[in-house]
Amino acid sequence: MKEKETIIKLVDLSFTYPSGRAYVFNKLNFNFFKGERIGLVGPNGSGKTTLFHLIMGLLLPTEGEIEIFRKERKIENDFVEVRERIGLVFQDPDDQLFSPTVAEDIAFGPLNLRKNRQETEKILKETLETLGLAGFEDRITYNLSYGEKRLVSLATVWAMQPEILLLDEPVIWLDEKTIEKIVQILNSNPHLSYIIISHDKNFLKKTTDYIYEMDNGKINKI
Amino acid sequence: MVDLIKERFSKGDSFLHKLDPRVKIIVILLFSVIVAITDKYISLLGALLFAIGVVIIAKLKTREVISRLLVVNSFIFLLWLMLPFTFPGEKVYTLGSLGISREGIKYAFLITVKSNSIILTGIALLSTSSIFNLVHALRHLYLPDKLIQLFFFTYRYIHTIYSEYVKLNNAIKIRGFKPQTNLHTYKTYSYLVGMMLVRSYDRSKRVYNAMLCRGFKGKFWTLNHFIFKKSDFVLGIVMIGCIIGMVLLP
Repeated sequence: MKEKETIIKLVDLSFTYPSGRAYVFNKLNFNFFKGERIGLVGPNGSGKTTLFHLIMGLLLPTEGEIEIFRKERKIENDFVEVRERIGLVFQDPDDQLFSPTVAEDIAFGPLNLRKNRQETEKILKETLETLGLAGFEDRITYNLSYGEKRLVSLATVWAMQPEILLLDEPVIWLDEKTIEKIVQILNSNPHLSYIIISHDKNFLKKTTDYIYEMDNGKINKI
Repeated sequence: MVDLIKERFSKGDSFLHKLDPRVKIIVILLFSVIVAITDKYISLLGALLFAIGVVIIAKLKTREVISRLLVVNSFIFLLWLMLPFTFPGEKVYTLGSLGISREGIKYAFLITVKSNSIILTGIALLSTSSIFNLVHALRHLYLPDKLIQLFFFTYRYIHTIYSEYVKLNNAIKIRGFKPQTNLHTYKTYSYLVGMMLVRSYDRSKRVYNAMLCRGFKGKFWTLNHFIFKKSDFVLGIVMIGCIIGMVLLP
C-alpha cells in the first residue's frame, strides 16, 4: 500500500505567549496525514486553539519547525498558501462573519481565490445546498440566530473547498438537531480530512477515527 | 447610534428606495456642491423645495426626519447666537453694547437654509439605501479601495463596539447597578468604556485573522453588481435637471 501523505508535521514545537511565563507547548511533535479524521480533546487552556493558530500562521512558534504540504513554513508569506488550502472555522461565529449578507460572506473566500463570478455563484449555491442553508443568501449575517451563524461560518470555509478542515468547537452550545446536521455533513463527505477540537465525546465518536489528548504541552493518542 | 445601526430609513418601497445608489450618490454630490457655493436666494429657495420634494417622494416618517433635523439645527442655533453679533456690517438693532448686523443675519440665514436643504436631500437619497449598497456603489464609481474599506470597516466596527457596549451594560445592569452621582458610578462607567475599547479591539483582530484565513490579501471583490435600469436613468436625469434649473433661475 502507498505510504500515507503527511500534510502537517510539527517538529519539537515550543510556544509561549508574549505575556505568559510558562510554555503552552514544549517540544511538541505531531503528524497529520491526508484522509485522517481526528478529534482533539484537552482541558481548558491546554493550547488546542493555539495549535490551530500556529498551523494557520496566525501565531508563530517560539521554537521548532512547522512543515505543511511538504514545505517548511516560517514567515507570514509561507502561510498564504496554507490558508488557501486549509480551512479554519473559528470558535466564535461573530469573529468569522463580517459581510452584510450570507451570500457575500460565503463568496469572500472563493473570490479571494480568484474564482470568477460564475464559479463563485456555483460554489455558493452548492455550499448552501450541502449545508442545508438554501434560501439564506440575502439574510443579514448579524441578524442570524446563533445556530445559523455556526452553520454559515462553516459554509464560509467550506466554500473554499479546503483540503483539510480545522474545526474549533464546532458544536458547542448547539442543540441536538443542529449537531446531528453537522455530523451528517461531515460523514457524507468521506474524502474529507479534518481535526476537530471538541469536548463532546459523543460527537467525536460519530465523526472521527482517532482522538488525541493535549495536556501539559504534549499531545498523545488515546 | 442606534439609528445608524438600524438603518431605519433604508427599508421602504418608494421610487427613491428602488433607485440605483450610484445615481443617488451622483445627484447628492452635485446638489451639495451647488447649494454650498450658490448665494442666490431664489436658487436656495428652489433647493429647499427640491429637498422637501424628495423627502416627500421617499415617503419617510415626518417625525423621524424632524428629529434628525433637530440634531443638525442645534449646531446651527449656536451660529445664530454668534454670527449676528460678530459679523461686521450695518447695524439694524443695538442691544446694550452689542450691535446686530444685517450681514450677520443674512449669513446665518443662508447657512441655515443651505444645511437644511443638504441634510434633507441626504436623508431622502442616501439613507434610503443600505450602507452596503452605498459601499458597492462607491466601488462602482471608482473610489479608491482604501477609502472604501475605511468607510466599510468604520461602519462595521461601530456596530461591533455598540454590541460590546450592550453586552457590558447588561452585565452591570443585572448586578443591580443604578447610575448615581458618585465615585462608584464614575468608576463603573470608566471601566465599561475601557473594557469596551479593549474588547472591540480584540474582536476586530480576530475578525481580521478570520479574513486572513480565508485568503484576504487586502482587496475586496464584489459579488453583486447593480443593473442600471431605464427608470434609474430617467429619474437621475429629472433630478439633475431640477438642480440645473435651480441654478438657472433668474
